[in-house]
Amino acid sequence: MSTFLIIAILILGFVITFQIAKASEYVAILRGEEKARKQSNRINGFLLLIFLIVGLIGVYYCNEALKGKLLGESASDHGEKIDMMLYITIILTGIVFVITQVLLFWFAYKYQESDTRKSYYFPHNNKLELIWTVIPAIALTVLVGFGLFYWYKITGDAPKNALVVEITGSQFKWEMRYPGRDGVFGKKYFKEIDEAKSNPLGQIWDDPANHDDIVVTGDMPIVVNKPVKLIINAKDVIHDVGLAHFRMKMDAVPGTPTTMWFTPKFTTAQAKEKWGAEFVYEISCDQMCGKGHYSMRGTITVITQEEFDRWMYSQQPQYYAAFPDRNPANTPAITDSVKVASVNPTAAGTTLMN
Amino acid sequence: MSNEVNPNIHSTETSHADLHDEHHVHHHKETFITKYVFSQDHKMIAKQFLATGIIWAIIGGLFSVLFRLQLGYPDETFPILETFFGRNAEGGRIQPEFYYSLVTMHGTVLIFFVLTAGLSGTFANFLIPLQIGARDMASPFLNMLSYWFFFAASVVMLSSLFVQTGPASGGWTVYPPLSALGQASEGSKIGMDLWLISMALFVVSSLLGGLNYITTILNMRTKGMSMTRMPLTIWALFFTAVLGVLSFPVLLSGFILLLFDRHLGTSFYLSDIYVNGQILPNEGGSAILYQHLFWFLGHPEVYIIALPAMGLTSEILSVNSRKPIFGYMAMIGSLFAITILAFLVWAHHMFVTGLNPFLGSVFVLLTLLIAVPSAIKVFNWLTTIWRGNIRFTPATLFAIGFVSVFISGGLTGIFLGNSTIDIHLHDTKFVVAHFHLVMGVSSMFGMLAGIYHWFPKMFGRYMNNTLGYIHFWVTITGAYLIFWPMHYEGLAGVPRRYLDLSGWTSFNQFTELNKFITIVSIVVFAVQLMFVFNYFYSMFKGRKLTTTNPWGANTLEWTTPINPGHGNWTGEIPEVHRWPYDYSKDGREFIPQTEKVGEDESQH
Repeated sequence: MSTFLIIAILILGFVITFQIAKASEYVAILRGEEKARKQSNRINGFLLLIFLIVGLIGVYYCNEALKGKLLGESASDHGEKIDMMLYITIILTGIVFVITQVLLFWFAYKYQESDTRKSYYFPHNNKLELIWTVIPAIALTVLVGFGLFYWYKITGDAPKNALVVEITGSQFKWEMRYPGRDGVFGKKYFKEIDEAKSNPLGQIWDDPANHDDIVVTGDMPIVVNKPVKLIINAKDVIHDVGLAHFRMKMDAVPGTPTTMWFTPKFTTAQAKEKWGAEFVYEISCDQMCGKGHYSMRGTITVITQEEFDRWMYSQQPQYYAAFPDRNPANTPAITDSVKVASVNPTAAGTTLMN
Repeated sequence: MSNEVNPNIHSTETSHADLHDEHHVHHHKETFITKYVFSQDHKMIAKQFLATGIIWAIIGGLFSVLFRLQLGYPDETFPILETFFGRNAEGGRIQPEFYYSLVTMHGTVLIFFVLTAGLSGTFANFLIPLQIGARDMASPFLNMLSYWFFFAASVVMLSSLFVQTGPASGGWTVYPPLSALGQASEGSKIGMDLWLISMALFVVSSLLGGLNYITTILNMRTKGMSMTRMPLTIWALFFTAVLGVLSFPVLLSGFILLLFDRHLGTSFYLSDIYVNGQILPNEGGSAILYQHLFWFLGHPEVYIIALPAMGLTSEILSVNSRKPIFGYMAMIGSLFAITILAFLVWAHHMFVTGLNPFLGSVFVLLTLLIAVPSAIKVFNWLTTIWRGNIRFTPATLFAIGFVSVFISGGLTGIFLGNSTIDIHLHDTKFVVAHFHLVMGVSSMFGMLAGIYHWFPKMFGRYMNNTLGYIHFWVTITGAYLIFWPMHYEGLAGVPRRYLDLSGWTSFNQFTELNKFITIVSIVVFAVQLMFVFNYFYSMFKGRKLTTTNPWGANTLEWTTPINPGHGNWTGEIPEVHRWPYDYSKDGREFIPQTEKVGEDESQH
């Protein structure tokens, strides 16, 4: 009902506006078109000035109202560089914005039609044109310089001691793999993927490096103040690992692994103290990936090295989920046979790879 | 023998000449079909493009209102939506798949059907022959085909809205593998095929049109109309056509490969895919290859949309400031620079795809370089109105509005073009705000300015001014209210194409703002409908023109009769003696291009 009411009001408003507009046209003809035109010219000139003033106040007000809703301090070292670059750009473009908008609307107001003025015939001036070619060029060189300086730092190689985590996106979830005690990821091949057999990432079990790899879903624990390098994969369509608090982002492309690295500055506990109890580091999918795109959420928990080691110790390798009978914890009595069983695929895997 | 033949030849020649003269006076015997439907008159084709564009703009705009409802009121239900859209809006809520279809169609329709076909199609067709002094396009027949291919594209696209699995829903960029795999998304089924077929027809239309525009501008200028005496509108439309002709075929090739991947089992874009519990055999393809092919058009497309608006704005600001455009040669130079650079910046859409960082840095440099010609244009427009004597027609206001939003949207481009900042802002609402201001709103303003300004030439009547003023003020205020605060959402990291933020602790703080934006966009949409009404009403009932040159403009189109027939000028095509911007020169308000240069006239 209310919908129809709104539509009825809109139509009514529409009709009234149209009647007024039509009437004003007749009035203009009656009063003399030239006179009416000049009057509307003055009104619009005045409105342009008002628009400028109200607009600039609005820009200030908008900033006051919304700046509290922005992200706080960057939670990664790379993010600091990105924020710095952002501030430099905001200041530079802000100055240009105010100057050009003021000139535009002020000129429009000031040089509105008047019987006493003649336009100034001013077709070109090489000096002026040179000035406003060179000044933007210099300003942009500065921005490019700063930008690329930071860009190379951010996209450069990750430090050797970085924690390496593999993250894989699929409709509409995130799965992470840790290399386990040996520090090496086992090989995988997409045709091995079999969710029913607990192999969601397509790990090749013949590769012994896979036997201690740990797979978790949803949350990714990482270590504070230690660089973390993400190896990013996708199973079905393109996704994107978006980490707003760390200011990082990288596409997950099926068939083409990508990487990024950063160093988290605050543990989740510290971040909760800083930004409130609800705070959580979220992973958002930032590349259109289907109907669940808006809900493709993961989280990151930043913890200390000690907590991380303890967590890691408590995890079961995915290998044991795929082959529960080979898990020494499940069958302590037949440990020996498990060892034999797990050695054989090792040998087979090595020959296969060679 | 020869004596007998000669008189015959002579007589045929005479009759040809007679026919030819008659052609300009009486035209052909025109039926309704040849005059209004399969017309070869460039002016009628322009109107056809415009009318189709307006219809698409209403559809595309309505889609945005629908998905804004979802964004502003994610928790409420609108039973009326279920009435109209059935299971797509079950329980009065827009379903995710439907939401993404709306977003995809909004983008496709507005970018290609409204701001490419509707803008270039209208003004290139209308203004090129009239402003360079030609009776019609180089090939009126191809020109007619260009419209009808666009019409066919429209029909196919429209039909895709009604298929059971819904239209394409992978975003207007339709990145594979999402768009290649029916298993991944409902919209990637038959809807995607129709989308690709429609776009293929659209590319054909655009190429037929573009080649015609280029040929006409290069070959059919009237006597005295040297290239540097052409109005800036023509220069802008010329470069637009060049951009289109060189980049649309690349897009088409990308689409064809996508069709192959969809139906012929090829692996151009597909590799290592496990989708919906199914392992696909494809290996060795690259999903990123599509993005290169797409953005090789996609970026020039931004300028295909922006350049005509720049040209129209230049002309309108000059005419209504009663002042020559400042820096005519610099304006052409910057258009040229933008055209060249447009082809060299495409990968700035791909900074976070895993692109080699060094390659990325080259694209940063080239991208920010584009800001230089853009800055030159802005400063030249400012200087054009400086010390002018400005008449605020609705067209002038929209041209001023164009400059304002072009500055606002252009400056945020400097953020996104810098790869370092782009890491954070890529695919957030900041991008949405940026491109809506710099190419959506600004080009729409350029187009509206053009419509208000040339409406009298198109239909021999004026549009209602008061409605025009209301239209302008509500639209520019609304545009800023919608898109300015949206930048903040992007700075906070809110990803684009999220239809509900309530599941996120990082992004759920903008509920009030989203409501506000939705309300404003509904108001702005309503006012656009008022404009559409004004347009069609004025076509039949508007105040009639009493003079051929209502704005006191110099260019050739205003030397034609009020309602020119096919062929434009009744007598000889006028000869041109000067550039089109002699306003307020030597104490004269305007000096038409057809006037000979006086002996004691000052040089510029």
